[in-house]
Amino acid sequence: MARRLHLFLLSVVAGCGFAAPGVHAQSQAEAVGGTEQTPQVVEPEVERREVKPIKVPTENFEIGPFVGTIGIEDFGSSLVYGSRLAYHFTEDLFAEAVVGTAKAGKTSYEDLSGAAQLLTDKQRQFTYYDIAAGWNVLPGEVFFGHKRAMPAAVYTTLGVGSTRFAGDDHFTVALGAGLRLIVNDWLALHVDARDHMFKTDLLGKEKLTQNLEFTLSATAFF
Amino acid sequence: MRRYVIALCLLLGWLAAVPASARAPIEVVVKDPYIDLHTGPGRGFPVTVSIERGVTIELIRQRTDWIEVRTARGQKGWVNRSQLEDTLTTDGEPVKVAGPTPEARTEHKWEIGVATGQLSGAEVISLNGAYALTDTLLVRADVSQFLGSSSNGWIGTVGLAHVFMPQWRISPFIGVGGGILHVSPKATLVDTQDRTDTAAYGALGFRGFLSDRFLLQAEYRSIVVFTDRDDNEENDEWLVGFTYFF
Repeated sequence: MARRLHLFLLSVVAGCGFAAPGVHAQSQAEAVGGTEQTPQVVEPEVERREVKPIKVPTENFEIGPFVGTIGIEDFGSSLVYGSRLAYHFTEDLFAEAVVGTAKAGKTSYEDLSGAAQLLTDKQRQFTYYDIAAGWNVLPGEVFFGHKRAMPAAVYTTLGVGSTRFAGDDHFTVALGAGLRLIVNDWLALHVDARDHMFKTDLLGKEKLTQNLEFTLSATAFF
Repeated sequence: MRRYVIALCLLLGWLAAVPASARAPIEVVVKDPYIDLHTGPGRGFPVTVSIERGVTIELIRQRTDWIEVRTARGQKGWVNRSQLEDTLTTDGEPVKVAGPTPEARTEHKWEIGVATGQLSGAEVISLNGAYALTDTLLVRADVSQFLGSSSNGWIGTVGLAHVFMPQWRISPFIGVGGGILHVSPKATLVDTQDRTDTAAYGALGFRGFLSDRFLLQAEYRSIVVFTDRDDNEENDEWLVGFTYFF
């Protein structure tokens, strides 16, 4: 059986070997004849078509106010408010610029001593800006009740900026995480936690202060 | 003043929210056997609707690489830019949606970026932009704030940069420029006079493509500050940052 198969395959290979040069010669003759008999009459006039990109209205910016509470180290917690502007580069990455302001309270020393004031009223104003890179770590849908599903993302941000407090500007690193809920075509709601870290020697010894902030914000895409 | 800026930001935010509905609809026809509509602008959002070949869809808005579409039957969803390239316009022409391409690496015109680093021991936050005159020559401008232990201040410069091999994944560049430096010494020191001086710099750095729209840039600058004292002041600056190009 194996021998018969072997012979069959051999004959097929041999047959192809004899037949192929014939086919080749024939097609060559046709090609030569073709060019002699029919010179090119029509010049191709097809221009390469430029495909113009369609411009769909883009909405990569997000802007809105926020309000919340900030714990200014040694100075109690205060109301904080401000504005944020984000630009979405890809579905995963965005950049964010944030400005915010709060009025610091009193240290416990000031409260207990009664009269002593460490800072003037103007110096108590706590104002910051930061520019951050953000990453949508956990994108997906969240469900509200039985009928409503909303696109959402848990994101983290890492930024650098400056904080003006106690009459001085401080280099600040801001580390944050938040949840963005896309409510409808243009509106998003955010819940954010952010730590503004900077060094200060305000109370004698230089130390790194942690100023934790929790905010709620509403932003519009445009 | 600060309050007005914040109020303006808020106002802009709400103005931007007013939908622009007076645009002519952009329509395309599905050419692939089907395309999937996601519930949100991202690969992680579930597919709830598939649109078959021959159906006309309207393109509503684009967020990053995702386009929201609507069918005549009112079905809505988000489609990736790459999948829309397999559709035809209503005139039967191929569709290309505006967005980043590999060619943008050498053909882009604008760059905008942020960087951080150190300037003679002070921390620096820098906002920078560039315009490409050719694929190797850039006009650059930047504004930086520096925050040190003895003084704070601002520096703004304008300059030129030459990128040696823009088509390479990582390319070296050199630059020169000049600008203004403003220093305010901290209140705890004796000499508390603010100074504004002109400055010039020479720069050497590397830039590497992270994707078709991002660059990672690192550079060293030697800055000479022309003071009105007897000696000029020399400063070293190191910067690392991300740049977005378009």
